[in-house]
Amino acid sequence: MGQITLQGVQKSFGPVHIIKGADLDIADGSFVVFVGPSGCGKTTLLRLIAGLEDVTGGSILIDGKNVVDTPPAKRGLSMVFQSYALYPHMSVRGNIGFGLKMAGLPKDEINRKVEAAAATLNLSPYLDRKPRELSGGQRQRVAIGRAIVREPKGFLFDEPLSNLDAALRVQMRIEVTRLQKQLGTTAIYVTHDQVEAMTMADKIVVLNAGKIEQYGSPLELYERPNNLFVAGFIGSPKMNFVTGELAQQQGAATIGVRPEHLKIERDGTGGWVGTIAVAEHLGSDTFLYVDAGPLGMLTARYVGELSLHAGDRVSLVPDPARIHRFDASGNALRN
Amino acid sequence: MARMATTRRVVVSTIGAWFFGFLIFFPILWMVLTSFKTELEAFAIPPSFLFFHWTTENYATVQERSDYLLHAMNSIIIAGGSTLIALLIAIPAAWSMAFSPTKRTKDVLLWMLSTKMMPPVGVLVPIYLIYKTFGLLDSRIGLVFILCLGNLPIVIWMLFTYFKEIPRDILEAARMDGATIGRELVYVLTPMAIPGLASTLLLNLILAWNEAFWTLNLSTSNAAPLTTFIASYSSPEGLFWAKLSAASTLAIAPILVLGWFSQKQLVRGLTFGAVK
Ligand SMILES: Nc1ncnc2c1ncn2[C@@H]1O[C@H](COP(=O)(O)OP(=O)(O)OP(=O)(O)O)[C@@H](O)[C@H]1O
Ligand SMILES: [Mg+2]
Repeated sequence: MGQITLQGVQKSFGPVHIIKGADLDIADGSFVVFVGPSGCGKTTLLRLIAGLEDVTGGSILIDGKNVVDTPPAKRGLSMVFQSYALYPHMSVRGNIGFGLKMAGLPKDEINRKVEAAAATLNLSPYLDRKPRELSGGQRQRVAIGRAIVREPKGFLFDEPLSNLDAALRVQMRIEVTRLQKQLGTTAIYVTHDQVEAMTMADKIVVLNAGKIEQYGSPLELYERPNNLFVAGFIGSPKMNFVTGELAQQQGAATIGVRPEHLKIERDGTGGWVGTIAVAEHLGSDTFLYVDAGPLGMLTARYVGELSLHAGDRVSLVPDPARIHRFDASGNALRN
Repeated sequence: MARMATTRRVVVSTIGAWFFGFLIFFPILWMVLTSFKTELEAFAIPPSFLFFHWTTENYATVQERSDYLLHAMNSIIIAGGSTLIALLIAIPAAWSMAFSPTKRTKDVLLWMLSTKMMPPVGVLVPIYLIYKTFGLLDSRIGLVFILCLGNLPIVIWMLFTYFKEIPRDILEAARMDGATIGRELVYVLTPMAIPGLASTLLLNLILAWNEAFWTLNLSTSNAAPLTTFIASYSSPEGLFWAKLSAASTLAIAPILVLGWFSQKQLVRGLTFGAVK
């Protein structure tokens, strides 16, 4: 079991409020991703849950029990650090088994569990090496091994893949997701890579300046963002925002349309007319950055190849069902 | 062409390095050589480098005239004792400053170092009077105490820089793994800090071994370490170069051997954790 609940969790460092009251309900076995811009408090929130930082206010419940006064090790969570934080003087075996040794398990049981964890992570050939003799990806796997071997109630990951190169990151992303599903252990995963967030999460928490902006499944966030911040943060390329008269016609202060919901028409006259400033041809997709005069720069995405080039005039027709409307304070208007 | 240029550079810099190494080592070599000369040859001009009448009589005289073993023992007790006590005080101090720093930590560090900026002779009179009052003159305890205090700032600084190098994440990982403070200390921190501790210990041992200001001023015979023993050959009955050299060679031999066997640690210590 690993149900984690936050109730009005606050954290200040001296006079600075970093976390301004977070409420969250994380179901047992789910994979929850914290995303948000740099400095918004993702790591801080994770460390509060881990117990590495004391809360200033509010409570954290694990399986219904308030743990704010419980030391980290007793919370039954394990953490994977961005820097891996392996013990440099211990072998891989020692690193993975350290938590079990501290828990006082008999030696042969430790060995059995360590070897099982190593086998799951393809680390068996490296058990007797020191961390410095491993590649980045292998070190990352050791850090994950250290977390899984204790069979915790929950995993906490702080940007675990950000030190890896792009190809390895994709591979590890899939491995971590698969492993979590296979073990069925609750996981909280911090990242600022929104592709990671969208692909790995059962539910995403969007944080901004110490506040939870929205909590929901990836598609909920994509289809029904609560406010301008979430609308702009989730989705790549970013949603187009239009203000002024056009928005007012729709009864909103701002309207937003995702690049993939703009139909591109050559030399058309309907919709929003503009000149292509930059055209990016990826083969699989074509991205157009269109200078639409008073509307500003608009981004449009076409799946497949489209032979349009800088300087061409196009018109962009928004899909009426996919227009997001926001009021003057940035909150979504729903009909 | 490029390859030849590099080869030449390597040759030149190797020769240069040996030359400067020899230059720096020369005084020690000369001292050792002189200790095997007769007094007459010791200040012959021009001096003979290797072709003189080799003799060990200086060592015999030195041993006869003063009790080398007593002084060596004093040196071991004073240098060793002051180093150990300094470490015992410095480890918790550096520890708390490195792992739970406060706003004033930097100031405290600087303040401690500031005591090293004062020339010791400035406090010789008061210290002498205090020692006299408490009967600490010419006592091993008194010397252990003053050398320990004298080197404490440097020991704390060195340990602080080493402890600072230990990533916090690793300590936190240990906490997540369920290590109590005590076990974190035994299984994680100490093994990671050992190279730093060792080089601090060695460097401080050498500093204390060769410390001459306080040992010369606060000891005469009973507690006198090897520094005082050397000094006793430089004045009383005029200069006896050969005997002085023999005494010096005897005095530095133990620490030289120690230094030789711990070169690797020492280099780490002297670079003060600048290179990882
Ligand atoms: N120990 C601390 N003392 C004071 N301020 C802190 C401390 N730790 C974090 N902060 C501040 O809290 C804010 C949030 O930091 P946090 O590390 O949680 O951000 P983050 O969302 O993880 O960012 P990133 O994506 O860059 O890792 C930052 O403004 C940071 O300066
Ligand atoms: Mg962070």
